[in-house]
Amino acid sequence: MEKRVVFTKLGLPILLVAPQIIITLVFFIWPASQALYQSVLLEDAFGLRSEFVWLDNFTALFSDPHYLDSFARTVVFSAATAGLSLGAALFLAVMADRVLKGATAYRTLIVWPYAVAPAVAGVLWFFMFNPSIGVLAYLLKSIGYDWNHYLDGTDAMMLVILAASWKQVSYNFLFFLAGLQAIPRSLVEAAAIDGARPFKRFWTIVFPLLSPTAFFLLVVNTVYAFFDTFGIVHATTSGGPAQSTTILVYKVFNDGFIGLDLGGSAAQSVVLMAVVITLTVFQFRYIERKVAY
Amino acid sequence: MVENRPWLTVLSHVVLCLGVLVTALPIWIAFVASTHPADSMLSGRTPLLPGGYLLEIYATVLGSGVKAAGSAPVGMMLWNSLVMALMIAVGKIAISIIAAYAIVYFRFPLRKTCFWLIFITLMLPVEVRILPTFGVVASLDMLNSYWGLSVPLIASATATFLFRQFFLTVPEELAEAARIDGAGPLKFFRDILLPLSRTNIAALFVILFIYGWNQYLWPLLVTTDEGFYTIVMGIQRMLQAEDAEPAWHQIMATAMLAMLPPVLVVVFMQRLFVKGLIEQEK
Repeated sequence: MEKRVVFTKLGLPILLVAPQIIITLVFFIWPASQALYQSVLLEDAFGLRSEFVWLDNFTALFSDPHYLDSFARTVVFSAATAGLSLGAALFLAVMADRVLKGATAYRTLIVWPYAVAPAVAGVLWFFMFNPSIGVLAYLLKSIGYDWNHYLDGTDAMMLVILAASWKQVSYNFLFFLAGLQAIPRSLVEAAAIDGARPFKRFWTIVFPLLSPTAFFLLVVNTVYAFFDTFGIVHATTSGGPAQSTTILVYKVFNDGFIGLDLGGSAAQSVVLMAVVITLTVFQFRYIERKVAY
Repeated sequence: MVENRPWLTVLSHVVLCLGVLVTALPIWIAFVASTHPADSMLSGRTPLLPGGYLLEIYATVLGSGVKAAGSAPVGMMLWNSLVMALMIAVGKIAISIIAAYAIVYFRFPLRKTCFWLIFITLMLPVEVRILPTFGVVASLDMLNSYWGLSVPLIASATATFLFRQFFLTVPEELAEAARIDGAGPLKFFRDILLPLSRTNIAALFVILFIYGWNQYLWPLLVTTDEGFYTIVMGIQRMLQAEDAEPAWHQIMATAMLAMLPPVLVVVFMQRLFVKGLIEQEK
């Protein structure tokens, strides 16, 4: 879509876009191309010489069992986080859509964790599950489960999944509720008159109509689990114990800043960029289809 | 609804109440922990009701920080967070509204190129380009400064798109009328477009403020000077204290303070918040 009426000055528009273009070039395009460039270089330990090594960094990456482990862990983590937060949010949204009284109050009370920083959310759950003083760890101990995320990799993974999902439920809830409220009442009522019970109505009418929202949220949640959860992992488990919570974003940071493996870290960045680009393209194609409906 | 199922309604309320409780649980525990002195927690488990040390603990934390961890005073970190969040929110809105204006209302060479350059940034979150971006900021000598904290996060495709979409829905007649009345592009922008975009700006501001406040990785990298620590990253420093057991009561008080401003923004500006969130994803 284009405007018919436009201004025809030349200097002014350039001046207006300049700030954004300059910042984009300096802080986005240039660093990203640096990452691409470094990913095909091998630097010596002192950063004095570097050698062009084609795709060696990538082959090294994909034959490194640590990296493949981390990849698999990230997939498990994202799937669990997305599944848990989407499921809980959908359930709550369906209930909130049913009740007439107090729907706004419920919304306020469920939505606010959106504002909590991932790192802070992580710290809160970290504290509740603290093996020696945490409330939830104490409860678990009383039913015979010895929780310790300092030693047990599975416990640590569950901790970050819980913290990440807790924060994300609010966002999903908001979108599901908006989606539910956009479904025409008449459809649901017609089905009710025909004798369909609530559960059947949900699966045959409401859920299919909600699927665009659900699909969109799936992409957003995957991006969230891949990237925004860095704070949760870094502030609580630091990728441990024994790398059991080292997700990809954390590994890029760790290898680059702590391990100073510039080529390897850059190659990992490039892989992550490829993941984001795929997801974004995916999402845009889907949005185009939604418009065509 | 055409039917009456009282039990299902009761069930809905029960489920929602449970949801609200689970949502609030971590905050309640944190709040309770932040009102008890350190030794009451070391006795084995956290108490479940608030204690009487609220004022003392918050005053200590705000004024002098967590001594054991050698961290900066929380008051100062809150200030840094506020400055960063405001710079990011205001900066993003300012540069993206003028960029969107230029792209929609002008024809100039390389217009499409500019559009695509901005569009690409959607795909490059800070986490995937940390090392080189850090390098750029370091070579521009922007480490340990408010500029370094905020400017690299300012360019945003989402805000530009939001304004672009909105400008495209503004009736053509307005621009025509302005032209006939002899208003130049700047006057048209200031007197017509800006007032029309007021709610959009406000909604975006709410979202961007939260986004800026909650930044974690970036402040962690570019600040080494305590004077520029932000509160969200400061908490992590307290946890990694050298001593055996972290000062949980003070850390939880800090966490409460770190959450408070963005949560208040969400609760009290809920309409704008919801609008901003949903429009951003269109």
